[in-house]
Amino acid sequence: MSEYKLKSVRRDNKALQRVNKALIYIALVALSIFTLIPFVWMLSSSLKLDREVFAFPMRWIPETFHWENYIVIWTKVPMLTFFKNTAIVALSVTLIQTLTSSFAAYAFAKLRFRGRDTLFLCYIATIAVPWQTYMIPQFVEMRAFGLYDNLQSIMVLQAFSAFGVFLMRQFYQGIPTELCEAARIDGLSEYGIWARIMLPLSKAAIATLVIFTFVGTWNDYMGPMIYLSHDSVKTVQVGLRRFIQENSSDYHLIMAASMVSLIPVSIVFLCLQKYFIEGIATSGLKG
Amino acid sequence: MAQNAPAASVRPPKHRMGRLERKNTLVALSFIAPNFIGFAIFTLIPVVMSVVMSFMDSKTGAIFGAEWVGFANYQDIFNVAKVSSKMADGGFLAGLSYFFNRVDLGIALKNTVFYTIVTVPLTLMCSIILALVLNRAVKGAVAFRAILFFPYVASMVAICVCWNFMLMKDGPINQILMSLGSDFNKSWTADSTMAMWAIILVSVWRSMGYYMVIYLAALQGVPRELYEAATVDGANKWQQFWSVTLPQLRPTTFFASIMLIIGCFKIYDTVAIMTGGGPGRATKMLVTYIYDTAFMQFKYGTASAIAMVLLVIVLLVTVIQFSMEKKFAND
Repeated sequence: MSEYKLKSVRRDNKALQRVNKALIYIALVALSIFTLIPFVWMLSSSLKLDREVFAFPMRWIPETFHWENYIVIWTKVPMLTFFKNTAIVALSVTLIQTLTSSFAAYAFAKLRFRGRDTLFLCYIATIAVPWQTYMIPQFVEMRAFGLYDNLQSIMVLQAFSAFGVFLMRQFYQGIPTELCEAARIDGLSEYGIWARIMLPLSKAAIATLVIFTFVGTWNDYMGPMIYLSHDSVKTVQVGLRRFIQENSSDYHLIMAASMVSLIPVSIVFLCLQKYFIEGIATSGLKG
Repeated sequence: MAQNAPAASVRPPKHRMGRLERKNTLVALSFIAPNFIGFAIFTLIPVVMSVVMSFMDSKTGAIFGAEWVGFANYQDIFNVAKVSSKMADGGFLAGLSYFFNRVDLGIALKNTVFYTIVTVPLTLMCSIILALVLNRAVKGAVAFRAILFFPYVASMVAICVCWNFMLMKDGPINQILMSLGSDFNKSWTADSTMAMWAIILVSVWRSMGYYMVIYLAALQGVPRELYEAATVDGANKWQQFWSVTLPQLRPTTFFASIMLIIGCFKIYDTVAIMTGGGPGRATKMLVTYIYDTAFMQFKYGTASAIAMVLLVIVLLVTVIQFSMEKKFAND
């Protein structure tokens, strides 16, 4: 009798759990739809005619797919140049940032020398200072260097942030010092230790830094807004903005151009999303 | 510091570097130099200069030769003359009300604070809900996590202009709301009350995935035994959430709030793309004000003074963070 009762309770529990599971998945699907709706609408509008975009009632699936919108945008605005510029900036910033900050972080984490703490204090002191508070003297300085309206301004602006040094130093501190000492006894120079031991061990941290830097640079809006004025040096973000201002009623084309501007970061994110999300989970609070 | 003092006096006064030590230092500096030189030129010097420039009349942007004007820039942005005359006429409150309703800085501060006060709790709430739901799913969790996180990596210009269109007259959002019985059919960003809500909506939508990831990590750290104990005590799911999950997440919530507050005070992209600070001055924020003053009106000194207001606020929040951090560490 009691055994029978227990079984039925268990069966009820199982059923309840199944209902619970189903509810959770329904909630997740609903939330995902809410999150993705703008992108779906963007895609849908990018395949319509301009007068169809705000038709009443709206249609999520266009009557006919106007793929030619995606060809027209390249002729209306120098999108290719914008893409090339952004790629140059994003790649060089990522390269400089990752290389120099992992280099510096090694010294801060594993070498002992005079003035180390003072130097590191300089980094700490500025990390809490928002860029927006010192962008004006920075601009004045860059203009004096002749970097205004030059892609290099955006490169140096982004490439030497304190964040990279912080992130890498934190990671290197977790690598046992004995490893470095053993390598030193084996006759490896400090540069050798950095290249052969630290770099290979810090792949995860580097992946995080690379993806943060790349996405950050690709999506940067305010920096290019301040520094770049000619079309020949504009990045995708400010180029897209110009396109929007000049063709403000070509809704379908704006959506097509927006869609195209999302493709590179989407690919990078999809390929490396594991590192991105793990990086935030472990270091996001400090970044 | 005080603890180090006796040790320092014991150490031989002048320590000459040995050959090996000098070599080591040089090697270490060679590691640091590539980053530090760039960092010093493009971050450290501008940080120091930003304070200096706020006391100078550098209209042309020339730092050398610019006139030292003391607190004139600050008097300018706070409109001290007008505010104090209002205070003399109608009392303290009249002056305050004039400052927050008429003076650019007051309006920017009021808008930014309002935006922050609404956005921070909303984002936290949404991200906790997302994390709780996602934490229970087993299959497909990675895919859902990626979807919910995606807005955070999407380019601002694209998503802001898309939201702008979606919130336009006859746009999808208004159509949905009208089908639910609303009679509002205007562009949100052209309406002086709805413009702010459009920006809040986009901000919450964009960053909830980010904080969801942080909460997910924190949820993994909540000990299972606590839930078991609560179940034994007869607590239902709702009670468990209030008395186990939320208290356990408190440190995370605190740090997330700090990050969000600082992020909110730095808001620029969304406003610049969606409303441009308008209509009127309805969505003018601190950074929008700095940008306009510096790069549209070329008043670098004045803009630097506004930047100092932002700096003080952000540093205050950071100080609160550090003092509370100790408290959480001791708990």
